[in-house]
Amino acid sequence: MKTLLLILIFVINLWVPFYNHTTPTLFGFPFFYWYQMVAVPISALLLYIALRLDTSEDEQ
Amino acid sequence: MNTVAIVVFIVLVALVLVMGFAAGRWKSADLDNIEEWGLGGRRFGTVITWFLLGGDIYTAYTFIAIPALMFGKGALGFFAVPYTVVCYPILFIVFPKLWKVAQKHGYITGPEFVRGRYGNRWLALAVGVTGIVATMPYIALQLVGMQTVIGALGLPGYMPLTVAVVVLACFTWTSGLRAPAMISIVKDLLIYLTVIVAVIVVPIELGGFGQIFDKIPAAMLTLPTPPAGSTGSYTGYATLALGSAMALFLYPHTTTAILSSSGSRIIKRNAALLPAYTIVLGLLALLGFMAYAMDLQKMPEFAAGFAKYHTSFAVPALFLHAFPSWFAGVAFGAIAVGALVPAAIMAIAAANIFTRDIWGPFVKGQNAGTGTKAETLVAKVFAMIMIAGAIFFIVVIPNTYAVQLQLLGGMWLIQIFPSVALSVFTRFFNGWALLVGWAVGIVTATWMVAENHFAGSLWTFHLFGYEVPSYIAFATLILNLIVAAILSLILNAVANDRALDETQAADYA
Repeated sequence: MKTLLLILIFVINLWVPFYNHTTPTLFGFPFFYWYQMVAVPISALLLYIALRLDTSEDEQ
Repeated sequence: MNTVAIVVFIVLVALVLVMGFAAGRWKSADLDNIEEWGLGGRRFGTVITWFLLGGDIYTAYTFIAIPALMFGKGALGFFAVPYTVVCYPILFIVFPKLWKVAQKHGYITGPEFVRGRYGNRWLALAVGVTGIVATMPYIALQLVGMQTVIGALGLPGYMPLTVAVVVLACFTWTSGLRAPAMISIVKDLLIYLTVIVAVIVVPIELGGFGQIFDKIPAAMLTLPTPPAGSTGSYTGYATLALGSAMALFLYPHTTTAILSSSGSRIIKRNAALLPAYTIVLGLLALLGFMAYAMDLQKMPEFAAGFAKYHTSFAVPALFLHAFPSWFAGVAFGAIAVGALVPAAIMAIAAANIFTRDIWGPFVKGQNAGTGTKAETLVAKVFAMIMIAGAIFFIVVIPNTYAVQLQLLGGMWLIQIFPSVALSVFTRFFNGWALLVGWAVGIVTATWMVAENHFAGSLWTFHLFGYEVPSYIAFATLILNLIVAAILSLILNAVANDRALDETQAADYA
C-alpha cells in the first residue's frame, strides 16, 4: 500500500503526456503549469499518508 | 549605482554574517569534535532539518538558473518542479535507513557507510572523491549567483564578494554546521517574502497571469510533441527530472543535512513537508516568463547586464525593474544569503569526507583517532581550502566552465547511487563490481557530454527501432548497474566479499 502511494507520485509527476498541453487554463495558467503545480501538494499528501501508514506499522 | 538598494543589501548580508558567529553558542557542545562541528551533533529536529535541507536544495544558483532557463528555453526549464517532487519519495524510502546505520556505527559521511558495508576503502575513496569533485563547481556557482546580484547592484569588481566569503570562512571555522543551520531560517523567510511579493506585484503590473502567458511564444509554452518513432522531449523531460532527483541526496551537502537530524522519523516527516518549497520554486521559475513578457532584454538600462550575464540576468533585471529600490535590496540580499547557506554546508560536507574517507584511511592509517581535536582541525582546514578554491575558481576561470563542470558533476555523482542508495537495501553487489560499474558510468557519461560539446545533457538512444532521448546521467546509471550486477554475480562466486560487511540487517530497521 505504502509502496503503491510512492509509485503513484512518480507516475503523476513524470508521465509527460498527462500534462503537455495548454488547455484547460486555470486563472490564466496553461494546463502544463497548473497541473504540475497542483501535483506538488497532492504528492506531499501522498507522502503524508505513507508516513501515517508507517506509524501504524511501527505501533504493531 | 543604486544607493538605497545597496545599503539594504549590505545591512541584510552583514546581519546574517553576524548570526553565523553567534550560531557557535547555539545547542552548545564541544566544537572540537567533528560530529559536533561537521554534523551539529545529530541533534536537529524537524523544523531545523526542514530549513537546512531547504537551504541545501533551493539555492542562489537555483533562483538565478531556473528562471534563466525558462526565460531562454521555455517549458523545459519547468522540469525543476517534477524534479523537486519525485526526489522526496526517494528521500522517504532510502535515507531513513542510511541515517539509522550511520547513527549506529558513527558514520558522518556517505562514503564512510560504503566502507563499512563493503570493507573496501578504494570503493569508498571513489565515492568520496566523486562527491568532493561534484561539489567544487557547485560552490563556485553559488558564488557566481551572488556575484550576479552584486553586479546588478552596480558594485564593481570582486571585492564585495571576497569580503563576504572571507567572513563566511571565518564563521564556518568557528561554528561549523550550526552556522548555516541558523542562517537558513533567515534565508528562507527572505526568499518566501521576495517570491510572494514578486508573484503578486509583477502580474498586477502586467495585467494578470493570462497576459504574461499570452506573451510567451507557443513553442516555449509546452514541450514539442514527439515525432513518429521517437519519445522526443517526453523522455528527455522525465529522465531529466528523475535523474536529477536520484542524484540530489547523494551530494555531500544534502547527505550531511540528512545525517545531522536527530532521528530517522524526522527525515520521513521532512519528505512530506519539503514540497512546500517546490511550490515556491514553481512560482520562481515563472519569474523567467515574467521577465520575458516585460521585454527586459530590449531595455537599454539592462543591455550591459544581459551582455555580461546572459539569461542569468533575467531575475536581477526583473527585480530592479518591478520593485522599489529598497525592496530590490531585500530581494538581492535574499539571493546572496541563499548562496552563503549552501556554500557553507558544501564546504563542511566536503571537509567531512576528506577527513573521514581520505585523510583517515589513507594518510593517518588504521589508528586515525576519530573524535579527536586533530581530526576536527583537518576538517576545518579542508573546508577553508574548499572555500578558497571556489573564490579562485570564479575570479580566474570563466563562468561557463563552472556551468559545464556542474553539469558533468551531476552525471558523475549519480554513479554512486548503487554504492550508497541501493546498498541500504541489499548486499547483493560486490564492492569491486561496484567500483568497475562506477568507472564505466563515469567514462561513458563524460564521453557523451564531450560529444555534446559540454552543452547538452540529453542523448538520443536507439531502442527497438525507437528513438529515446534520455538524460545522460540516467542512461549511464543503468549501464553502470548492469555492469555492476553481472560482475557481482561472477565475483561473488569466486571471491565473495560479504564477510567484510561490518553492518547487520538490524542496523537498518
